[in-house]
Amino acid sequence: MRGLERFYRALLYLYPASFRNEYGRALTATFVARLRDISGPAGMLRGVLAAVGDVVPNAIAAHWEILRQDMRYAGRSLRTSVGFTLTAILVIALGVGANTAAFSLADFVLLRPLPFHEPSRLVDVWESTPGYTQMEFSPANYRDMKAMTHSFAAMGAYSDRTMNLAGTGEPRHLTVGIMTPHAMPVLGVPPLLGRAITPDDSTNEQVVVLSYGLWQTQFGEDARIVGKAIRLDGEPYTVIGVMPASFAFPTREIDAWVPLLMREAFFADRSDNFLSVVARLRPGVTTQQAAADVAAVAARLEQLDPRANERTSAIVVDMRDEMSARSRMLVLALCGAALCILLLACANLASLLLARSAHRSRELAVRAALGAGRERIVRQLVTESMALALFGGIVGVAIAIAGVPVLARLVPDSLPVNGQPSVDPRVLLVAGALVVLTGLTFGVGPAIAAGRSKALDALRSGARGGARTQRLRSVLVTIEVAACVVLLVSSGLLIRAVLRIQGTDPGFRPEGVLTLRTELTGEKAALGAERVRFYDRVLQDVRALPGVERAAYMSGLPMVMGGGVWPTTLVGAPVVRDASNTVGLRFVTPQYFAAMGIPLRAGRDIADADRRESPSVAVVSESFAKRMWPNENPIGKQFTIASIPRTIVGVVGNVRVRGLERPSEPQVYVPATQLPDGMMVFYAPKDLVIRSTVPAGTILPAVRRIIASADPDQPISDVQMLTDLVARQTSSRVTQLRLLGILATIALVIAGVGIHGLLAFAVSQRSREIGVRRALGEQARSIVGRVMREGLALATAGVAIGVLVAYLAARAMGALLAGVQPGDPLTLAGAAVLCFVTAVVGCVRPAVRAASVDPITVLRGD
Amino acid sequence: MTPDIEALLPLPPATFHILLALVDQERHGYAIIQDVEERTDGELRMSAGTLYRSVARMVEQGLIAEVLKRPAARLDDERRRYYRITPFGTAVARAEMARLSQLVRLARARGLTPETT
Repeated sequence: MRGLERFYRALLYLYPASFRNEYGRALTATFVARLRDISGPAGMLRGVLAAVGDVVPNAIAAHWEILRQDMRYAGRSLRTSVGFTLTAILVIALGVGANTAAFSLADFVLLRPLPFHEPSRLVDVWESTPGYTQMEFSPANYRDMKAMTHSFAAMGAYSDRTMNLAGTGEPRHLTVGIMTPHAMPVLGVPPLLGRAITPDDSTNEQVVVLSYGLWQTQFGEDARIVGKAIRLDGEPYTVIGVMPASFAFPTREIDAWVPLLMREAFFADRSDNFLSVVARLRPGVTTQQAAADVAAVAARLEQLDPRANERTSAIVVDMRDEMSARSRMLVLALCGAALCILLLACANLASLLLARSAHRSRELAVRAALGAGRERIVRQLVTESMALALFGGIVGVAIAIAGVPVLARLVPDSLPVNGQPSVDPRVLLVAGALVVLTGLTFGVGPAIAAGRSKALDALRSGARGGARTQRLRSVLVTIEVAACVVLLVSSGLLIRAVLRIQGTDPGFRPEGVLTLRTELTGEKAALGAERVRFYDRVLQDVRALPGVERAAYMSGLPMVMGGGVWPTTLVGAPVVRDASNTVGLRFVTPQYFAAMGIPLRAGRDIADADRRESPSVAVVSESFAKRMWPNENPIGKQFTIASIPRTIVGVVGNVRVRGLERPSEPQVYVPATQLPDGMMVFYAPKDLVIRSTVPAGTILPAVRRIIASADPDQPISDVQMLTDLVARQTSSRVTQLRLLGILATIALVIAGVGIHGLLAFAVSQRSREIGVRRALGEQARSIVGRVMREGLALATAGVAIGVLVAYLAARAMGALLAGVQPGDPLTLAGAAVLCFVTAVVGCVRPAVRAASVDPITVLRGD
Repeated sequence: MTPDIEALLPLPPATFHILLALVDQERHGYAIIQDVEERTDGELRMSAGTLYRSVARMVEQGLIAEVLKRPAARLDDERRRYYRITPFGTAVARAEMARLSQLVRLARARGLTPETT
């Protein structure tokens, strides 16, 4: 009997405490009375089961009733303080939204395992020479590296090229990965259909594996595509497989893969570097061990062929880390900013709730006096905090969903992952949990503390914050100001960096220049005469169009192709591989410089008279002339490039070939007609550059017609204005800057609101003290001064901490700053002043209110 | 009928039965359960949880009130709680009764009888 009673009393804990406290004993009495009426073990068992069947549903119903009651009450109470409610919801939403979006992106770009088999064992192997830390392998060096190293379970090489797909509607220009037969098995991704390229394909070059995207767009997801033939560059290729949608290698831009078969001729020249190398580490081998292994092999290869492999070593890079420091920093900086916002949001929410709880301590004391238990009051506050967190969370998710696609522009193209980042529920959960924790700590904590002290005291005296809440509030203000300064400084430095980059002279005038690509392939590309006939015909007709000022063909537009780098020497001198003698080599037709707006400094342009049989000439950039013949007239000087001695006939301005943010090698321009047959096909001009006085749209149809009539099979791609090309240089920065700018503005507003709220609250808390001071004769001005001083002291502490943290953060993101100093005084001072002004503005109203406290009213209130 | 009363109608069956149990005398919880059970020939067996959740609501609504005067100690379990019906509770019970009779009258006027023919 006693045991059953104890069991029943334990069961009663399912009820809400308020109900249990009120009726628990009576319920137990009823239970016991009922047991007395029953006899026998079977009856007892029935009684106990009935009790369980009674308590469980009734407890749920009782909890639900209280929840509904509390929700109604919360709704009413939140509606009566709309300002508080909206601010809190907005603050939570911004914190949750910004963080969810930023960290979803970070997870996608930096953390998520690459979609390959056991991706942590995948590495890239590069040659490295002084000046170029990551250089492709020559076939012979690759072959030897593969044979002589012991760290790798598998190794493959790849490159990429463009091929024209014909026979499926309009001719299309594809980016194709060419893979040695061992390269795809290294990645270990099973194909969606058919098979990948394997060592079985060592003898047959005419097979192709399609990417999911190409299969979808060009072949209508034909399930029976495997075994069919498609035409690439006019040749039949048999489709052997289709890769899954998630597969992207080496980059997101690849449309298909074909085998790369090593011909004996490839191995002749160890300085012909075009193979990227991917490898899978043996189980248990670390990247460092593999790095030591490849470096040792590279040293032996240098002994083997000291001329071609002079000062050439090799390095190993984890595939996950194969991303530019800049792309990484872009994402990390964004995450840092989002964290600042979360910190601000939590600090602000905390101060809002603290102020509110103090504000309401009278109300709560009244409720307690009317018989509400502490448990009921705490429960009510929990419900209220949760409701706030829930609403804030919902709006936050909406912000995140809207924000992630914007952030997706920051995903680097080189990432070997297909698809787009999406809102990550795990991140959302963490951000949400933080907010809920803050809400509970600062929303309910004070209530519990208040409950512990004599509730009636609060009722009697009107609440006054104790020394501890005072300190807590000071800490919160300081944190808010500091986080705000960090965000402002970071954004400010990035703005300065973007302005500096945008102010960089690219070396050409992009306005009014249309470019497009017609890539000749096969014989048409290999044979000079065929090529020249095509160029001459297209250029002649394009130049005749009304509004066209200049038109030219060239290979490798600046900022599109950064490489194409060759060593140069004085005629007769030995070739030395060194960063100090390399140049960017470009083959161009006449009018190229005029079409691009590259100024001719001396001598002459490439001319129609520069044909294959005429003397080998070159136009060089000023930087090249200065490097080779400082203080001398370079016209007429001779040098050797790609084994051919050439005479300089002109000097032009320097061009930022590698983009606005990176230093570029000097440039050497050679007549397109002097590109030898069957060699350096990659350098065959393919970019048409047209400078016109009329909008591009009006001449483009005519240009298309001209190209089609010169070669009907010729696809046209990469149609763009040169201005867009230059703008893209800074677009990811501009996107990021906008985001950071938005975050910084939000931070400023939140911090301002926070400072104002806290001080206003502090003043209202101390109105009695202020009233007494007034009554004792203190001047209003002195009181204003006191409140202002208090607020500004906190702001100063916050600014000091913020500037320090901001400086450290800026040093960490040096890669993004384009030479702007992390301690840039203008930015630091600007951010500090802005924050300080915000703090002053936040202080003014509370200070004025303090001064206008009426001593009589306050003192009578007691 | 005052709007206060009207707002409570129709009464949940448990509430009406509890009011009926308290019309003639004060009772403690278990006594209410037993009374309801007897009056309905065992058809309505109220559980303790249902009873006290109803009691809690009815006290809040002012239909019943707790009685602080206790019977002689030897007859009493000190954990028991005694309740009485309030004048407002009586008024509400009457109003519910009137509502139900009106319904029954309407049904009869249509020739409906409780007995199956």
